[in-house]
Amino acid sequence: MNFDFSEEQNMLRDSVAKYVQDDYDWDTRKAIAATDEAMKAENWQTFAELGWLSVPFAEEFGGFGGGPVDVMVMMEELGKGLVLEPYFATVVLFGGLLHKGSNDALKESVIPSVIEGSCLGAFAYLERQSRFELNDVLTTVTTDGEDRIINGEKVVVLNGGSASHLIVSARSSGAQSDAEGISLYLVPADADGVEKTTYRLMDGQVVANIRFNNVKVPASSAVCVEGEAAALIQSVTEDAMLALGAEALGVMGQLNSKTVEYTKTREQFGVKISSFQALQHRMVETFMAYEQTKSLLYRAVCDFEADKPEKRESLLALKIMIDKAGKRIYSEAIQMHGGMGITDELDIGHYAKRLMMIGTTFGDAMHHMSEFTQLRYAS
Amino acid sequence: MDTRFSDEDLAFRDEVRAFFKEEYTEELTQRMKDKSTFKAAVVEWQKKLHAKGWIAPGWPVEYGGTGWTPTQKYIYDSERASAGVRDNVPFGLTMVGPVIYAFGNDEQKAQFLPRILASDDWWCQGYSEPGSGSDLASLKTKAERDGDDYIVNGAKIWTTYAQYADWIFCLVRTSNEGKKQEGISFLLIDMKTPGVKVNPIVSIDNHHSLNEVEFNNVRVPVKNRIGEENRGWHIAKALLAHERTGIAGVADCKRAVSEIKRLASAEVNGGKRLIDNPNFQSRLADIDIEIMALEYTELRVLASLSSGGAPGPESSMLKIKGTEMQQATQTLLMDLAAYYQGVLPTDLSEDVLGHSFGSQARQSFMYGRASTIYGGSNEVQKNIIAKAVLGL
Repeated sequence: MNFDFSEEQNMLRDSVAKYVQDDYDWDTRKAIAATDEAMKAENWQTFAELGWLSVPFAEEFGGFGGGPVDVMVMMEELGKGLVLEPYFATVVLFGGLLHKGSNDALKESVIPSVIEGSCLGAFAYLERQSRFELNDVLTTVTTDGEDRIINGEKVVVLNGGSASHLIVSARSSGAQSDAEGISLYLVPADADGVEKTTYRLMDGQVVANIRFNNVKVPASSAVCVEGEAAALIQSVTEDAMLALGAEALGVMGQLNSKTVEYTKTREQFGVKISSFQALQHRMVETFMAYEQTKSLLYRAVCDFEADKPEKRESLLALKIMIDKAGKRIYSEAIQMHGGMGITDELDIGHYAKRLMMIGTTFGDAMHHMSEFTQLRYAS
Repeated sequence: MDTRFSDEDLAFRDEVRAFFKEEYTEELTQRMKDKSTFKAAVVEWQKKLHAKGWIAPGWPVEYGGTGWTPTQKYIYDSERASAGVRDNVPFGLTMVGPVIYAFGNDEQKAQFLPRILASDDWWCQGYSEPGSGSDLASLKTKAERDGDDYIVNGAKIWTTYAQYADWIFCLVRTSNEGKKQEGISFLLIDMKTPGVKVNPIVSIDNHHSLNEVEFNNVRVPVKNRIGEENRGWHIAKALLAHERTGIAGVADCKRAVSEIKRLASAEVNGGKRLIDNPNFQSRLADIDIEIMALEYTELRVLASLSSGGAPGPESSMLKIKGTEMQQATQTLLMDLAAYYQGVLPTDLSEDVLGHSFGSQARQSFMYGRASTIYGGSNEVQKNIIAKAVLGL
């Protein structure tokens, strides 16, 4: 048993940490958030040159061959800097689906372009009615010879504004929430019949609602065996939840340490407010919430690396804790920063908003709790 | 990062499991439950562990430790808890033993350590006093030099199992000069010495495990002092960090959760099992998830200890979270017991009473109130983290 990182993992962490430190200070980040795309193409090229975009992919596609721990160390550092560039949407989600899918021709043609930074991706899976149920898919796909025709609407598509390619989930058979009958297709974002409406979320991301009006793609653009995508979606969203867990941990760490530092400088009633025991004990509580979250992240990541039977329970526990501990940590951070804590100018509110969005991605605590209790207590 | 068990680990797990199954008999458990046979049964069990070489996993090998890896320690403790095997009485094995091998002289080591390992001496702890609880350094029990002896006067309180003890380790005041921490010494006192008097305290669980220990002109040889005179505080501090690491009780919390699951599957309300009640489930899950996290928090501490770290302020977090979770499981068990939670210690059988765990739930819950108070109250632990970790 060990919780040590390999030399490569430490180098990867240092590389992202150094970038955030030197090239992604708060003013820089604010300027990027103010652009239409909420990202900078030049930064994305830098990510490619530094090898970050290759991390989770196998060596045969030009990847680094990394696992959950490698992605974790990167995502934690990206979280600390509230980095806006769509690493999660493009590499973890979109790239993950291709990589774990079964279409070798697509892997060979698309993954290298993700790694070199020319392909930006998005996974279009959420629908108006679906909330957190991944199998709730009303978007349809029909067969027209060797072509497939997609119709329907996807909402809150992460990186939906900038993506050059989309992977879209669509149903060919079965009832609304059946696991059977779901397929995934690679669709160029500029294909005929793709209609995007972009908007911005509170954490700075630009997302899109996307309508697919008789969008025609070849059968060869199916990412996995048609009708059998549910398992692939589940597997990749599990990787994605681990990655988000790491990002959340980075955000939580920043909120806590910024709050501790602030109380050491802020004076009220003639003393530093860090001298008040009422505040000290609450900062100890948020410190412990952070450490407990880190423990669950390590637990889940180790369980996935080792493919343990209880890995899904560990992952759900992590996701529940992120929502719960996250709410406590950002609430205390805002409260202890006083009036400044509720300004747009200060970074605290922005860290809080990112944590809120992570808390609700792929399910909130309430949603995951139902599955967790079912898995663990039903007999 | 890797938490997989190796083949050796799995073989070790099987060996531990088989040993507990074979040796921790039902008959032994029954005798531990009876006040009149409790001490003899506990000593008998600990002697079995000693004979097996497993009595002191935390000690260095040269003094009789097992030399286990952190993984083996984790496996041992998990198996122990899930087999329902009681943890060793800590006062000799995890409290004074480590102090003696770390700070004692050769003569002291030779005199005390083998008898601690063999459970030939029963130890108790003399730290708190009627006037000093969490503010430990304010202690007043006084030891004055008289030739080769100290004359000890004062009183210790909350002394668990003093009624069984052969020896007590005490913090005593040997000087009133300078800071209050600087005038404290660490003394080992034979409980049979004239002038030592044990007064029982019945606790909130209706049991007698706590005591007040009075010292009236008790003569203690100077050679029973560990370390230098007036250096006792530093020794005590090292011990406290050690003690806190142990009292997280994660393995026992896991055992409590599976007990709760089992009992909640049997308790029925309005035709529905409690385990199927969503409100009950979410309360249990909140506890379960914190314990899943705490298990890894403890493993992280164990792993860092094995690579040379000393137990530091992070042990305070284990103490806080561990005792909070113990109390949370005890609270849930009380709710499960419903009106039977009020049952006092009784000889009535389960058949007559109509319930199996009400009295036990009450006792654990009531005595469990102590856990957030002893070993330095949880509020004191928060002060330690605030200062030593957060730099506040």
